[in-house]
Amino acid sequence: MKLAYWMYAGPAHIGTLRIASSFKNVHAIMHAPLGDDYFNVMRSMLERERDFTPVTTSVVDRHVLARGSQEKVVDNITRKDQEESPDLIVLTPTCTSSILQEDLQNFVDRAQLEAKGDVLLADVNHYRANEIQAAERTLHQIVQYYIDKARKKGGLPDGKTEKPSVNIIGISTLGFHNNHDCTELKRLMADLGIEVNAIIPDGASVHALKNLPRAWFNLVPYRELGMMTAKYLEAEFGTPYVDITPMGVVETARCLRAIQKVLTENGAEVDYEDYINNQTLHVSQAAWFSRSIDCQNLTGKKAVVYGDNTHAAAITKILAREMGIHVIWAGTYCKYDADWFREQVSEYCDEVLITEDHAQVGDAIARVEPAAIFGTQMERHVGKRLDIPCGVISAPIHIQNFPIGYKPFVGYEGTNQLVDLIYNSFTLGMEDHLLEIFGGHDTKEVVTKALSADSDMNWTKDAQAELNKVPGFVRGKVKRNTEKFARDRNITEITVEVMYAAKESVGA
Amino acid sequence: MTLADTQPQALTFECETGNYHTFCPISCVAWLYQKIEDSFFLVIGTKTCGYFLQNAMGVMIFAEPRYAMAELEEGDISAQLNDYEELKRLCLHIKRDRNPSVIVWIGTCTTEIIKMDLEGMAPKLESEIGIPIVVARANGLDYAFTQGEDTVLAAMVHRCPDRAPEAEKEERNAIAKLLNFGRQKEDVAAEESDYINHPPLILFGSLPDPVVTQLTLELKKQGIKVSGWLPSKRYTELPVIEEGYYVAGVNPFLSRTATTFMRRRKCKLIGAPFPIGPDGSRAWIEKICSVFGIEPKGLDERETQIWESLEDYIQLIRGKSVYFMGDNLLEISLARFLIRCGMTCPEIGIPYMDKRYQAAELALLEKTCHEMGVPTPKIVEKPDNYNQLQRIKNLQPDLVITGMAHANPLEARGINTKWSVEFTFAQIHGFTNARDILELVTRPLRRNSSLKNLGWDKLVKDESPV
Repeated sequence: MKLAYWMYAGPAHIGTLRIASSFKNVHAIMHAPLGDDYFNVMRSMLERERDFTPVTTSVVDRHVLARGSQEKVVDNITRKDQEESPDLIVLTPTCTSSILQEDLQNFVDRAQLEAKGDVLLADVNHYRANEIQAAERTLHQIVQYYIDKARKKGGLPDGKTEKPSVNIIGISTLGFHNNHDCTELKRLMADLGIEVNAIIPDGASVHALKNLPRAWFNLVPYRELGMMTAKYLEAEFGTPYVDITPMGVVETARCLRAIQKVLTENGAEVDYEDYINNQTLHVSQAAWFSRSIDCQNLTGKKAVVYGDNTHAAAITKILAREMGIHVIWAGTYCKYDADWFREQVSEYCDEVLITEDHAQVGDAIARVEPAAIFGTQMERHVGKRLDIPCGVISAPIHIQNFPIGYKPFVGYEGTNQLVDLIYNSFTLGMEDHLLEIFGGHDTKEVVTKALSADSDMNWTKDAQAELNKVPGFVRGKVKRNTEKFARDRNITEITVEVMYAAKESVGA
Repeated sequence: MTLADTQPQALTFECETGNYHTFCPISCVAWLYQKIEDSFFLVIGTKTCGYFLQNAMGVMIFAEPRYAMAELEEGDISAQLNDYEELKRLCLHIKRDRNPSVIVWIGTCTTEIIKMDLEGMAPKLESEIGIPIVVARANGLDYAFTQGEDTVLAAMVHRCPDRAPEAEKEERNAIAKLLNFGRQKEDVAAEESDYINHPPLILFGSLPDPVVTQLTLELKKQGIKVSGWLPSKRYTELPVIEEGYYVAGVNPFLSRTATTFMRRRKCKLIGAPFPIGPDGSRAWIEKICSVFGIEPKGLDERETQIWESLEDYIQLIRGKSVYFMGDNLLEISLARFLIRCGMTCPEIGIPYMDKRYQAAELALLEKTCHEMGVPTPKIVEKPDNYNQLQRIKNLQPDLVITGMAHANPLEARGINTKWSVEFTFAQIHGFTNARDILELVTRPLRRNSSLKNLGWDKLVKDESPV
């Protein structure tokens, strides 16, 4: 048992649901008690999704506990198959089904006999995997299933596409800025003359998965999602993959050179050096920013970085290598993949922090007092408490991290966005600091007021106490309205009753 | 709908599959830890429970809440670890860091399935560490959303003292203390004469403090004294309950608490409609008065005056239809109020319908429909969201009150929605807050009427399932 207030990565089924609901026309059925379908709320709210989230629950209740699910799961699968005719139904186990140990595979096999669509049991164990690992596993499982299926039917297409092409693997729903990153990657590929063969899982149809082997190579932009699938495709079809996250100027160039190498080895005559040069020096503003006076002022400033592997590693390198900022420590919550992180960042920071404990992260921030933090929403709140500005660079995130405006983190436009994010965090911190040194904002007493704050009204003790319960930001308004109400009625003493009478009268 | 349907009929009840979206009942810790200021809530469950709370509670989570997860690991599930020792370790940790007056253990689905004997362990650990431990099984196997509060309060009923020491008696309950704050003893004594002599009355249901004050004052106007409230602001101020006391609920989802009061503490339950909306508030007060043989004063004018002040909002909804998908058990009371406001209501979905505890509310709903000359709604217990979406598509109601999972998709299909959870967090009780209910109900209509002429009603390309 472990005392926990906050977690960075969610439970396993969230990962499976993120993959299932990313695909087009795939429905997930959770084997879970009432109330575990909170995923639908998150997707509908955070992504402002216009369509119903294709996730339902086969409810585990007392009866299921007593007698087992029996026909219930099978019925729910076949019912959903008829109602919405999805291509695939993914039966998703939860922590509850993990301990009930029902033979879910048996239900899937039975439902498959009746269902027109395909039915699959997500192969994830709640107690062994977290959200990220489960997403990775489920994506691999679905790809493998459809490759095998096509192979059995002899439907696997032969050979590669005529022109160089790529599969972009790992774009998913509820991923940090994934939709913007996806657009940016597509633009980048178009600039390079590379056709996009498939993007998975977001918006993909499972029937198109059999075409994955036609791509010349696979691009895995995020360390957390897609590696397993890319390795599988390499093993099965010899498709090479590029797993360098094109985040930051140097890494984007490295990614493009890796792509160039892969394509050249496969017989395409490509040279991206001019493109990289032009983008770096003239299109992206990041390189120029590094030389500008603004950035000079950031030299040696202290920062800390914490997040998932992909983002924390990339940001650490950008801060240290491209902006001359002193990264005191860089950390990740992807404990299961800590070695990779260490290897990526150790030369760019003084210290590496591997932990899933938010309190430990908070203490580490307090200890070093950086000028800015780059972390998740949790670190943003630590920053608030300590008066240190924070740029959010990684999940877990809130609704404000699903911006409507175009804000990719990858590619050349991504480098511009990152400059703003980083620079704005630091200047805000500077401003605050200067204000404090020079005595804060204009603090002179306001001499005239439209409505006098000191009134002739007599507030009884109860009423005053009641007023103090009103949240601070509306208290002034409540006070003014109550007094206006009392004045209009020639009441001189404000009691609790008068307060509520004022509230009841229209407009007060 | 045919003309014949406009003849009011008796209420009809149906029960569907129970495939609906609602919050897990452990969400009650979010408002209860704030209400009971010296408590600490320990949710004994898995990452799934933690993830839900973390996301559902939003920014509250960053304010060092007095709640935590006791996250079960594989060793706990397979009983390699000793539950008692593990819980003891965590509770001592909590005692050291926060020193609460009570620790509430929230049992979850997992503790049910692995049959962790929380009720058995609590008394033993309680005496060992010296902090009361209250056990509430608020799990998704048995309950929906607000019923979580019901399980916690039902457990708290057992902890209410049955007799206060004489000296302390006057001081004991929070309400009296609050109202007497800073006054001289003589004034307090004089004030006692404001009340009519009646048997002690305890109210139950967790409400924000301002609403507690409002309802208490409302009853004071009738000469009725509220002797205590469950829950009170602090665990150490739980009201005294003796056999024969009267109790009244303020929320429709408190049936277990009501039962516990009656069966275990031999209290008399005043079955009344709930004080939601001016009609409900009046009926609630009238019923309490009638039980104590008091002739209510000035309620008629009070209600009329409130209705008048609501007229601008009512104009927006009169003649419109509202559909409740059902997820928090406030549905019957809200529908009754909205029908009185002139709305029609084809369907009230509700997770669980206790016809005995809600009897007076159901009777008032039926009466309201008759008086307003509208058809009675169909009450659907354990609704099926998929079927409901088909019915919504056919009915095209003017407003759907629903959970967040369906709100955005319905809006995209040109259906006005109001997020149901807001009703559980907003102040909606008593005469004073009737306007707040309508503020919530009319908000989508007001917003959408300002967008009306832009031609942006339907924002999805194909009409897939709904």
